[in-house]
Amino acid sequence: MASKKHAPPPAPAATQTVETRAHEDLVSDTYSDNGALARVLGRGAEQGRVTVNKAYKMYVGGAFVRSESGRYFQVKGGEGGVGVDPDTVNVPRGSRKDARDAVLAAKNAHAGWASRTAFNRGQILYRLAEVMESRKEELRLSLVRSGESDAAATEEVLRAIDRVVYYAGFCDKVHALVASHNPVAGPHFGFSIPEPMGVVAVLAPERPALLGLVSTLLPVLTGANTAVVVASDADPRTAVVFCECLATSDLPGGVANVLLGHAKELAPALAKHREVIAVDAWTDDADLRATLEKEGADNVKRVKTHAPLKTAGWLDERSGQGLGWIERFLETKTVWHPVGV
Amino acid sequence: MSNEIIKPAKSMTSAAAKDTSPALDFGHAWDYAPAPEATDHVKIQPRYELFIGGKWRAPKSGKYFQTISPSTEQVLSEVAEGNAADVDLAVRAARQAYDKVWSKMKPAERAKYIFRISRAIQEKARELAIVESMDGGKPIKESRDVDVPLAAAHFFYHAGWADKLDYAFHGRRHRALGVAGQIIPWNFPLLMAAWKIAPALACGNTVVLKPAETTPLTALLLAQIFEEAELPAGVVNIVTGAGETGAAVAGHPDVNKVAFTGSTGVGKRIQRALAGSNKRLTLELGGKAANIVFADAPLDQAIEGIVNGIYFNQGHVCCAGSRLLVEESVHDIVVKKLRDRLQTLRLGDPLDKNTDVGAINSKMQLDKIKQLVEAGEHEGAQRYSAPCAIPQKGYWFPPTFFTGVSQSSRIAREEIFGPVLTVLTFRTPDEAIEKANNTMYGLSAGIWTDKGAKIFWMATRLQAGVVWGNTYNKFDPSSPFGGYKESGFGREGGRQGLSAYVELE
Amino acid sequence: MSSILGNGNGHGARSSGNGGPRAPVYPLFTSPPPPVDQVAVEERAASLAKRSIKKATKVAGLRLAIRMMDLTTLEGKDTAGKVRALCNKAMLPLDKDPSIGPCAAICVYPNLVPTAKQALAGSGVKVASVATAFPSGQSPLSVKLEDTRRAVDLGADEIDMVIDRGAMLAGDYAKVYDEIAATKEASGAAHLKVILETGELGSYDVVRRASEIAIAAGGDFIKTSTGKIQPAATPPVTLVMLEAIRDHFYATGRKIGMKPAGGVRTAKQALHYLVLVKETLGDAWLTPDLFRFGASALLNDVLMQLEKERTGNYQAGEDFSKD
Repeated sequence: MASKKHAPPPAPAATQTVETRAHEDLVSDTYSDNGALARVLGRGAEQGRVTVNKAYKMYVGGAFVRSESGRYFQVKGGEGGVGVDPDTVNVPRGSRKDARDAVLAAKNAHAGWASRTAFNRGQILYRLAEVMESRKEELRLSLVRSGESDAAATEEVLRAIDRVVYYAGFCDKVHALVASHNPVAGPHFGFSIPEPMGVVAVLAPERPALLGLVSTLLPVLTGANTAVVVASDADPRTAVVFCECLATSDLPGGVANVLLGHAKELAPALAKHREVIAVDAWTDDADLRATLEKEGADNVKRVKTHAPLKTAGWLDERSGQGLGWIERFLETKTVWHPVGV
Repeated sequence: MSNEIIKPAKSMTSAAAKDTSPALDFGHAWDYAPAPEATDHVKIQPRYELFIGGKWRAPKSGKYFQTISPSTEQVLSEVAEGNAADVDLAVRAARQAYDKVWSKMKPAERAKYIFRISRAIQEKARELAIVESMDGGKPIKESRDVDVPLAAAHFFYHAGWADKLDYAFHGRRHRALGVAGQIIPWNFPLLMAAWKIAPALACGNTVVLKPAETTPLTALLLAQIFEEAELPAGVVNIVTGAGETGAAVAGHPDVNKVAFTGSTGVGKRIQRALAGSNKRLTLELGGKAANIVFADAPLDQAIEGIVNGIYFNQGHVCCAGSRLLVEESVHDIVVKKLRDRLQTLRLGDPLDKNTDVGAINSKMQLDKIKQLVEAGEHEGAQRYSAPCAIPQKGYWFPPTFFTGVSQSSRIAREEIFGPVLTVLTFRTPDEAIEKANNTMYGLSAGIWTDKGAKIFWMATRLQAGVVWGNTYNKFDPSSPFGGYKESGFGREGGRQGLSAYVELE
Repeated sequence: MSSILGNGNGHGARSSGNGGPRAPVYPLFTSPPPPVDQVAVEERAASLAKRSIKKATKVAGLRLAIRMMDLTTLEGKDTAGKVRALCNKAMLPLDKDPSIGPCAAICVYPNLVPTAKQALAGSGVKVASVATAFPSGQSPLSVKLEDTRRAVDLGADEIDMVIDRGAMLAGDYAKVYDEIAATKEASGAAHLKVILETGELGSYDVVRRASEIAIAAGGDFIKTSTGKIQPAATPPVTLVMLEAIRDHFYATGRKIGMKPAGGVRTAKQALHYLVLVKETLGDAWLTPDLFRFGASALLNDVLMQLEKERTGNYQAGEDFSKD
């Protein structure tokens, strides 16, 4: 990362790595002379100061929330040894009721999001890219923490930001590309325009945690839908950092909602919810895909299921983005009117 | 057609408000003599086999079912009932035709076959119209002026796409899906066959089509047209039968794509059955469309739109304007005009050129309509039925509307699929939108107002795949048709309809 | 509403010159008339044109059409001889079948009213006279009213007036209304047919508005055209006027007559107009008292078709007298 001065609160990575390792040495020697102090300060402490740990929460209706169920699951703090997190981090494990709340938030946000001008939606999504750029170090660190290599994390973050910019610029182009004037054989003027479907449930791929999330969420938002995303449970923390970007962009609350937890539990709940009109599921689990397709039939959902792309596929501009990604979650509305005096 | 007319239908069957205002008299001062379409040149075979691999084959099931005219209850022909083995044969024929011929043919050559089909439909238009009206009960003026010309137009339109698909998807690479299994309903038998077959062929797929069991004949005449057009054997296969035959088509493991038009209930079953199969699916299902009339509408034309919206094809139309939402300030005059208009609707022999309302497609459908109408009466809505005479034989239901209907009433929520309109009122545009969208369906809607800005305001808010402003029930092959919500997904017609039949990379 | 109604609302905004009581004002006249959708009304008219009228229905319709005819000659070269011949044709359209006819009326210029009156004496066939500076109407009101009074004095049973289309298009609806009301007064006992000259009005919306004004101002009939302007009568414009008549009937119970004129040349067209009437206004209007055809060439085609129905053979034009 080039701009270290814009890095988030923790000290720049290189320095921190050294420091942390030093602490680990101390911590491992529990009964040494300085052991007591080390135990008090814990990992991530710097300048003799106790760090303020982040409580990871889901992002629903524009707010960061715990699961109503009180359940959580744990992820390891920092295999890369670079994080401010403690060894074990508790992440909320979303429930069916959390999914319901998220759907409600998405439903309530839809009319407002869809009624904004395409230009305005584009501006808001561009603002998201700006916020991500300013937090790219934090995003990168989060990916590294979850086990990505330094280089891979860097590439993923940069691609993700560029993908947001790509879709930001697409908002007011979609209509020109997919709408049509229909030359009907009679004295009528006919046209077909794309319209959002409504609330779309997204099951983001496990990896790449950030780019996969961005690549699946952004086209849904670009089409003026609102979304409930089940983020990767392999790396839920990066999703939360991304949500902090969402929260500090101008995206209205409820337009994008991110649940953490188990795909097998949350995705079917979303596929069953009658307020959800479409599902976009990226999972290797063929049984889960079939389940979602089946559950969706109750209200004739538009269920799209996919085996996830390979990492290179997500990174690639041809295979990882495009008009087709937006079109999947658009309805065509055809309008007729007589032409006369 | 010597169908004796015996009993005049009860006119106002439930207590309607007493109307003492001046009344028009649509009597018999100058009545139209019967004007039946001549049928002597139309040949219906006594028996039809399955059309598989370019040949007419006896069904492996060994079974045949009768197809009757719903207006006379006379048997028109007996038709093979395909079972799973027959469907398997048809799918194999389609697969071979796809692998060996159709996928290898230059698109421009494919196009010419489809053009041929369109032309042949035009040449045989009268015959097709007559058979359609005999088999399905719809008025000859509709089969003659709507179903058959539109079927020809659909083939003609899609033929032209075959060699221009590179332009259709914004430069994305496309390839055909393979074998399409298509299941069509009984309300527009030939037209639905055209809607399904034409885009499938244009995009390079081969087809197994399952027509509805009450109306198989025109699809079989279409198979004869394929033969005459020398369409390569196996490119389109027609397997007649009922629900089980359809299930076999949708469930066949070597079918790549399923297209279904029919009820929402069956559509959901198919969607469930296909889960995990990797088959592509498009569904065109039911509807309960709002036809919204504002006080500033061209009212006399709106009345025509209401009548066309609900009584066209006896209301056997998925996009029928079955819920009339009328601004309260013009409710009374609209109802008065509608009642007078209903008196001029002519119910009877589908082959009579002056018939406006034909026979109900089947006894089963008639029973369903009667049941829902009884529910409406039971719920306290006021019924008005046109005072037309009902023929003694056949399945008939007089054009009917209900006033005093509440939004929660069964007849306001369930698809009746018959000539029965429910009349509801609204006070403001917001309320109109709220009521119009208050349904699980989302196929179509109508708006009647003279104010342009209001049309667009309404059109953007209505959750419906097709919105007709100051018109209703208009169709065109260049115009994408399909539903929102539980009215299904995918579009038919236009550039947008092509994507249902290609894999995009 | 005044901006919509232009210079007045028809409640006697200007003097007709005669004073006297006004015809009652049609209540809807104070609000803009309902809009008319061109495409839909033409679609409806076209669909009614597809009614198949065969055999007995056809014969009955054609016989009725003859009895509804205002046999018309409105030419500069009209003479007493021409008018007398036309009167004979009106009284006995087909010499070999006296059960056919007679026509409803003869329609001529005022100068020829006495000739027609004399020729038709005792026949029941009415004499209609055009008046009010027919066909343009571009004369001072006093001249138009005098024209009307003279025609009535000369024996006209019916007056076919023209509205001021200039005033109509300029939005001076009060002037249009007042002139009709004054002409109605000047017509006395004679029935008043109000010619809208729809071919000059530009849209069905204006036709609808002119129909309402004509009805409100006291017209007994509304009539499409002078026959001097194209297009003259068409099925959709007739349908628009029939709908105005229907709404007036719904509101008041009063039956206004309708007369398409000009452009109706064939038996088939005539039958389609009857279909329009039957399916828009019902049985009560299927009478010469409430529906007329203004035509000159129509009669012989209808007679040919009747003979064809009677004999089963297609007829030759020369078999019918050309008057």
